Amino acid sequence: MSKLNELGLAGARDALRKGETSAVELTQACLTAIDAAGELNTFVHKTPEIALERAAAADERIKAGDAPAMCGLPIGIKDLFCTKGVPSQAGSRILQGFLPEYESTVSQNLANAGAVMLGKLNMDEFAMGSSNETSTYGNAISPWRRDDDDAALTPGGSSGGSAAAVAADLCLAATGTDTGGSIRQPAAFTGTVGIKPTYGRCSRWGIVAFASSLDQAGPMTKSVRDAAIMLHAMCGHDPLDSTSADLPVPDFEAMLTGDIKGKKIGIPREYRMDGMPAEIEKLWADGTDMLRDAGAEIVDISLPHTKYALPAYYVIAPAEASSNLARYDGVRYGHRATLAQGDGITEMYEKTRAEGFGPEVQRRVMIGTYVLSAGFYDAYYNRARRVRTLIKKDFEDVFAQGVDAILTPATPSAAFDLGEMTDADPVQMYLNDVFTVTVNLAGLPGISVPAGLDKQGLPLGLQLIGRPWEEGDLLNTAYALESAAGFVAKPRKWW
Amino acid sequence: MSIDQNTAARVAKLARIKVEQDALPALATEFNTILGFIEQLNEVDVDGVEPMTSVTPQRLKRRPDVVTDGDQQAKVLSNAPDAREGFFAVPKVVE
Repeated sequence: MSKLNELGLAGARDALRKGETSAVELTQACLTAIDAAGELNTFVHKTPEIALERAAAADERIKAGDAPAMCGLPIGIKDLFCTKGVPSQAGSRILQGFLPEYESTVSQNLANAGAVMLGKLNMDEFAMGSSNETSTYGNAISPWRRDDDDAALTPGGSSGGSAAAVAADLCLAATGTDTGGSIRQPAAFTGTVGIKPTYGRCSRWGIVAFASSLDQAGPMTKSVRDAAIMLHAMCGHDPLDSTSADLPVPDFEAMLTGDIKGKKIGIPREYRMDGMPAEIEKLWADGTDMLRDAGAEIVDISLPHTKYALPAYYVIAPAEASSNLARYDGVRYGHRATLAQGDGITEMYEKTRAEGFGPEVQRRVMIGTYVLSAGFYDAYYNRARRVRTLIKKDFEDVFAQGVDAILTPATPSAAFDLGEMTDADPVQMYLNDVFTVTVNLAGLPGISVPAGLDKQGLPLGLQLIGRPWEEGDLLNTAYALESAAGFVAKPRKWW
Repeated sequence: MSIDQNTAARVAKLARIKVEQDALPALATEFNTILGFIEQLNEVDVDGVEPMTSVTPQRLKRRPDVVTDGDQQAKVLSNAPDAREGFFAVPKVVE
């Protein structure tokens, strides 16, 4: 058997059930790997005591023949999820010292399924970023390097810590969240699988809010099968989130037949961007061939408003963020600035927020404030919401034509160097999400599957977009793509 | 639409974020870059299109209007930077 921490969820589950290893051994293997990987800066709050306690309890349950779906499987939790008594900072200084008195529904669901929490994972501050460079903890670093140089690469963002930790085998899987691509882009950059389910599948309760109409949690894993297992454990109706869907959650893993004969896969012509690297173009064409060879019918489709998704997103997401982040006022939790003699409540707010929020968060809160301010609300915010309606309609139209899933590249490039975008204007960074952001605006499920390496040895991913609530079918198509692509590369260990 | 330094200062004030005077020109430039990107939306014909309010066609659930929670004062205050005598403490608000 390979090293225990190198297992995926399915492999570890099967080994546990056969008695080939124990949850405590698995957990210790991960804790050892985490301690040896400080350079990657992925686990920013470690919880070894909680992990070993849950692992021991899991071993008891397995012994008693009472093991739930993820019993004894060690995972990492993105810092955006509130975890009771464990620091939950959303990668921000403003939540320094915050110890939630409650547990997020998704992390509770995972605990109920027997999963073992190893600790909290690095991320962009408030999930605002595409490179994990806006974190108060410093950059998370990808375990991947180019073949011919040692430059430190971004694991992507905002779920960069989650992606890097999974790719480096520090945990079997991790939670992520995705507002504009924050699960799928880092998954693509690190050769891992990440799915953002339909809006409403996972409860948002206890997840620090960024843009509430777009945020969704999802798993980041080493395989499509693992994604099916973990998504199932995360999902379900929650009365504490009024947008949580009261729909049955199918057994996603049981739906992985790999049979996609007769499925109609759409290739959207608007995703062929000017200046798209030839390698991405080829990956996309190869992926199309793989699905065709597996028996799917390939059709050209049009999603005419694609171009306007990013600009609409950069109105709607900051608008919602400016409202959600108004709660960080230095009164109820987290950081409060030291005040000067005579400072009143306004100075307290202004100094606290200037000290507590990093530059990108400040920028987005202010943009959001501007587009919602009197005189601009209609011109920006309402217009963006109208465009969002049109973007969703684009998808509804192609689904009405019988399309089952849509294949696109996951990102416009492979991972870039940390620091490479420092001097670029903010919009250059936003372009990372050009292929993923439409899915959030339309509330659809989307999955990133590793599909190949670029000529410098870095992973590239393809994205599949599914019909609402049909994650099972989407995962099955992804499973067929994964099987055909046969991606097995791992980063060489340098840390 | 171009944002000048005065507008940038006004937005910072509305957002309750202290921005030093010498940081305003750079902030205004960034705003203009981002808003320039957003202005593409003006190319779209949105006549007669409803602004989206909910991405999934669902009616929000209702429940009886009864108290379901409470009596958690200590928990509510446990993370406050300054809590005294069962209250959040803030600088003087009313003269």
